[in-house]
Amino acid sequence: MGVEGIGASVARKEDKRFLTGKGRYTDDMSVPGMKYAFFVRSPYAHARIKNIDMSAAKDMPGVIGILEGKQLQVDAIGNIICGWMIHSKDGSPMNMGVWRPLAHETVRYVGDAVAIVVAESLGEARDAAEAVVVDYEVLPAVTEAVKALEPGQPQLHPEAPNNLIFDWQIGDGAATEKAIAEAAHVTEITLRNNRLAPNPMEPRATLGIYDSAEDHYTCYTTSQNPHVARLVMSAFYNVAPENKLRVIAPDVGGGFGSKIYIYPEEIVCLWASKKTGVPVKWTCDRTEAFLTDAHGRDHVSTVKMAFDKDNRIIGLKVDTIANLGAYMSLFSSAVPTYLYATLLSGQYAIPAIHANVRTVYTNTVPVDAYRGAGRPEATYLLERTMETAARELGVSPAELRRQNFVRTFPYQTPLIMNYDAGDYEASLEAAMASADWNGFAARKAEAARHGKKRGIGMSCYIEACGIAPSAAVGSLGAGVGLWESAEVRVNAVGTIEVMTGSHSHGQGHETTFAQLVADRLGVPIDSVNIVHGDTDKVQMGMGTYGSRSGAVGMSAVVKALDKVEAKAKKIAAHLMEADESDIVIENGEVKVAGTDKTLPWFQVALAAYTAHNLPAGMEPGLKEGAFYDPSNFTFPAGCYICEVEVDPETGVTDIIQFVAADDFGNIINPMIVEGQVHGGIAQGIGQALLENVHYDPQNGQLITASYMDYAMPRADDLPSFKLSHQNTPCPSNPLGIKGCGEAGAIGSPPALMNAITDAIGNNNLTMPATPQKVWAALNAAN
Amino acid sequence: MYATNYHRASSVQDAVKLKSGADEGKYLSGGMTLIATMKQRLASPSDLVDLRHIPDLKGISVNGKSVRIGAATTHFDVASSADLKAVCPAICDLAHHIGDPHVRHMGTIGGSVANNDPAADYPSALLALDAIVVTNAREIKAADFFTGLFETALEDGEMIVAITFDAPAKAAYAKFRNPASRYAMTGVFVARRDNGDVRVAVTGAGADGVFRHSGMEAALAANWSPDALAAITVDPSDLMADIHASSEYRANLVKVMAKRAVAAAS
Repeated sequence: MGVEGIGASVARKEDKRFLTGKGRYTDDMSVPGMKYAFFVRSPYAHARIKNIDMSAAKDMPGVIGILEGKQLQVDAIGNIICGWMIHSKDGSPMNMGVWRPLAHETVRYVGDAVAIVVAESLGEARDAAEAVVVDYEVLPAVTEAVKALEPGQPQLHPEAPNNLIFDWQIGDGAATEKAIAEAAHVTEITLRNNRLAPNPMEPRATLGIYDSAEDHYTCYTTSQNPHVARLVMSAFYNVAPENKLRVIAPDVGGGFGSKIYIYPEEIVCLWASKKTGVPVKWTCDRTEAFLTDAHGRDHVSTVKMAFDKDNRIIGLKVDTIANLGAYMSLFSSAVPTYLYATLLSGQYAIPAIHANVRTVYTNTVPVDAYRGAGRPEATYLLERTMETAARELGVSPAELRRQNFVRTFPYQTPLIMNYDAGDYEASLEAAMASADWNGFAARKAEAARHGKKRGIGMSCYIEACGIAPSAAVGSLGAGVGLWESAEVRVNAVGTIEVMTGSHSHGQGHETTFAQLVADRLGVPIDSVNIVHGDTDKVQMGMGTYGSRSGAVGMSAVVKALDKVEAKAKKIAAHLMEADESDIVIENGEVKVAGTDKTLPWFQVALAAYTAHNLPAGMEPGLKEGAFYDPSNFTFPAGCYICEVEVDPETGVTDIIQFVAADDFGNIINPMIVEGQVHGGIAQGIGQALLENVHYDPQNGQLITASYMDYAMPRADDLPSFKLSHQNTPCPSNPLGIKGCGEAGAIGSPPALMNAITDAIGNNNLTMPATPQKVWAALNAAN
Repeated sequence: MYATNYHRASSVQDAVKLKSGADEGKYLSGGMTLIATMKQRLASPSDLVDLRHIPDLKGISVNGKSVRIGAATTHFDVASSADLKAVCPAICDLAHHIGDPHVRHMGTIGGSVANNDPAADYPSALLALDAIVVTNAREIKAADFFTGLFETALEDGEMIVAITFDAPAKAAYAKFRNPASRYAMTGVFVARRDNGDVRVAVTGAGADGVFRHSGMEAALAANWSPDALAAITVDPSDLMADIHASSEYRANLVKVMAKRAVAAAS
C-alpha cells in the first residue's frame, strides 16, 4: 500500500469545503429569476377534500402562482409508485393504492401535500399558503399497523381491503412447524422495532427549472441517486422524457436512505416551473422533514425459535406486521421482505425457517429504507431471541452462538442467500477479548457496591450489501437493475477524471475512489477527480444506498481501469518497442519490466491524444467505461458487545463500553470506515435508547415533530467505541470489499437491549429504552 | 416568522413607552422561547422591545448575603459570577446547566422568569430562595409571582427589573433532563436557612408549574439529610404526564432529585 493508495487513512479531500462552509448544496443554488415555493399541507391524518379556495391567497403580495392537484391530473402527471412488485402468498399482486403528488380527493397523513404556492419570497409564499382555504371533511385515522388490520378500522385505500398491502411468505412452513413440534425447547418472544425519523443534517430541497426555449427541465435535488430519479420521473411520472430532464444532486448532507426516493416536491416544483414560467425552489424545514421524509423500521413480530436437546437451532418461525404508512414509497415493499426476511438465518445454520410478512397502510408518512433497511430489523429479532434463549436454556450467550455458527462457506441458507465468506468465531473472539468479557462478573459486583446495576450484551450480526445480481433481483420483483457504472477519463496531461454512478452524500467517495486510482496507476490522488451526481456529466448509474458504492461502484471503476491500463500498455509497448506483456504501470511510470526503459504516465496519456505515433489501427484518446453487475450480494458480519450501567433510582442507562468487531473484507480507507462505523453505532444507540416517532393514536398528529420531542443521540450520550476489523475478503468482487455503511446501525441495537435487560433482570423492554421505561421495567421485575 | 419591528430600548422608561406605543408589542429579553415561537409562526407580535441593552437591568450585586441580579443578566453571567458563587453557588450551578453556550449567552434571568415555562430552571430557585421579583411598578414575592403554566402576576406593560434574595446557608439544584429537549423533566431546588427553615421547590413536574413540597420541607427541617426523604411519597396526581414521562415516573424523580440536591448541598 502506498501513502495514498488502498489501505491508507488518507484525510478526506472533500472535507476542506465542508468544514469551511464552501460546500454547494441544493439550497445554495440560485439562478436568475428564481422564486420560492411553500407547500400547503394537510393538518389532518385522514380527510376528504371538499373544496380548495385560493381566491384570497391569489391576491396576496408577491404571489406568482398557486397550483393544486386537479391541474396536475389534467396535465397527466403520474401517480407516485412503488418500484418493487411483491406478490402475496395466494399469488395476487400487492394492493397498491393511488398516491398523487398533490392530493385532490383524500389526504392520508398529516403533511400530505395539497397545493404549492410560488411567490417572490419564501415569506410571501408562506403567507399565501396560510390563506389557502381547504375545506376538509375529517375522517377517522389509524396509525398503528396491528390495529389497522383489525375489523372496523378506518380504510385508507379502496385497492387495499382491511389496509392489507400484501401477505407474503418465505421459507418452508411445514418443515418449520415440524421442527417446533419436535423441539426440546422453544423460545417465544414478541418484538417491536420502533419507528425512526432519518434526520439527515441537510433537509430535503429541490430547485425546478423549466427552459421554454428548449422545452427542457433541470432539477437540482437532494438525491442519493439522481439517475434513478430521472428515470422514474420520466418513465412513470410523465414529467419529461429523459433527454429533456437533467437531474443534479450536488453536495448532499446525509441521506441514510431517506433521499433515495422521489418525493412529491421534486415532481411538483418541476411542473410548477413550467406552469408559472419561473424557476421554483423549495427547501424543507425541520418540522416539515419530520412530517414528510420517509420514516424507517416500524415492525411488530412474533418469533418462535426451536432448539434440540443439544441447544442447536432446528427451526425459526417469524410472523411480522410492517407499517408502510399512507402510501407505498419507492422501495417500501422490498424492505420488510427481501431485505429483511432473507437475513433471518443470521450467522447461524438453521435447517428450517419460515417467515410471514404482512404490510399495512396507516395514516402516517410512508415508511421505506433507513440505514440498514430490513437488516436491522432481522438482526434485532434474531439477536434478542438468541439472548432470550440463552437465558432460558441457562447457557452462556457466547456459547449458544458458537454452537450454531455457520462454519463452512459457501453456505446456502433456506432463505435465498448464499453466504460466500466469513469467520464469525473470529469476530466473536476479538469482541470478547476487547470487552474483557470474562472480567464482567467482577465489574458487575463492583458496580453493585455503588448501587448500580451492570449488564452486558452481545449481538452477532450479518447483513447483505451490494444487492445483486440484476437478473436475480429482477426475478424477485425489482423494477430496476442493481449494477453500477464508471468511466475513467485520462486527460492529455495524465490527470484523471472518474465519472461514477455512485453518489457521495457523506461517504467520502472523492477520497476513496481516488485512492483506488492512485493505487492502480501510482499517481497522486490530487491528480484524480471524482465526478458524480449530474445526469448530464455522468453515464447512467444506480446511486448510493445499501452500502453498495465500494463493492459495486468501485468494482465498476476497476473494470474501467483495466481497460485504460490495457490501452496504455499497448501505447507504451509501441513507443518503447517492447512486448505489451512486459509493460508494468507503477509509481506513475509505465515501464518495460526488467529494463531501464520507462515513460512517465503523462507522456503515455499525451501520446494517446496527440495520436502522432499510435499502434496501427488504434483510436486516439484514453477514456474507457464499464458497467459492473455483481454475481452475488456481499455479506459483512461481526460481533458487537455493549456493557451498561443502570441507575435503579432513575432508570438512566450509561454505556460503559461499546465494542465493535467487524468483517468488512478488504478496506480502502480505515479512517473513513471507522467514521462509518461510529456514525452507524450512534444511530443504533439512538434507536435503542432515545429515538422514537410518536403519532397520537387517536388523531394521527405527529407528536415528535421537532427536536423538543424527538431525541437524537448527542456526543455526551455516546462512549468511545472500541473497534477492530477481521478480514475474510469477499470472493465475488475484484477488490474483496463487503461494505461498511450500515453495519453499525444493524449490529448495535440488540447488543444494547441485551445489556440493559441483563442489567435489570427483566426481558420485557421495548426500544427506545428510555429512563422511564427502564425504571418501570426494573420495578416490575422486583 | 411574520414581519415584526425591532426596538432596542435604552432605559426602562423608554421600553415602557415603546411597548405602549406598539400595536401588539412584546418585551424581548433573550428570546430563547419567544423567537423560536415566532419562527414557528405561533406568535406574531407587531413589535419587539429588546431589554437586554438597558444598563440598569444588567449586572449582579452582592452585599453581605443580600443578592440582586438585574433582569437582563445572562445565564452565563450568573453562572460565572465570583461574587455570587461565594454566597450562593447553587444558583450559579443552575445557570451553568441551562441550555447550551449559545442559550446561556443570550437568555436572561428576567426573560426566563417572566416566561414561566413549566420546564424552566429559574422558577424553582426563586421559589426555594424566597426571592423577590422587582418590577418597574412593585415588588412581588416569588410565591405570588408564578401563577400557572406560562402565567405570572405581571400586569400588561409591567416588566421585571431585578431578582433579589438573601443567600441561604445551604442550597443545591438537581435536574433530570428531558432526553429530547434537555429542559428539566424534573428539577428540584433545595435551600436551607440558618434558622433551620427549609424550602423545596420543584420545576418541570407540576401540572400547574413550579411548586413547593411541604412534606419534604418538614422532613428536611427536622433532619437535613437525603435519608430524611426516604419515607416521603410524592403524589403523582398533581404532576404532568407526557410521552417522555408519566406522572408516576415524575413523582419518583421529584424524590430522587430532592435527595440528590440535599446530598449536593450538605
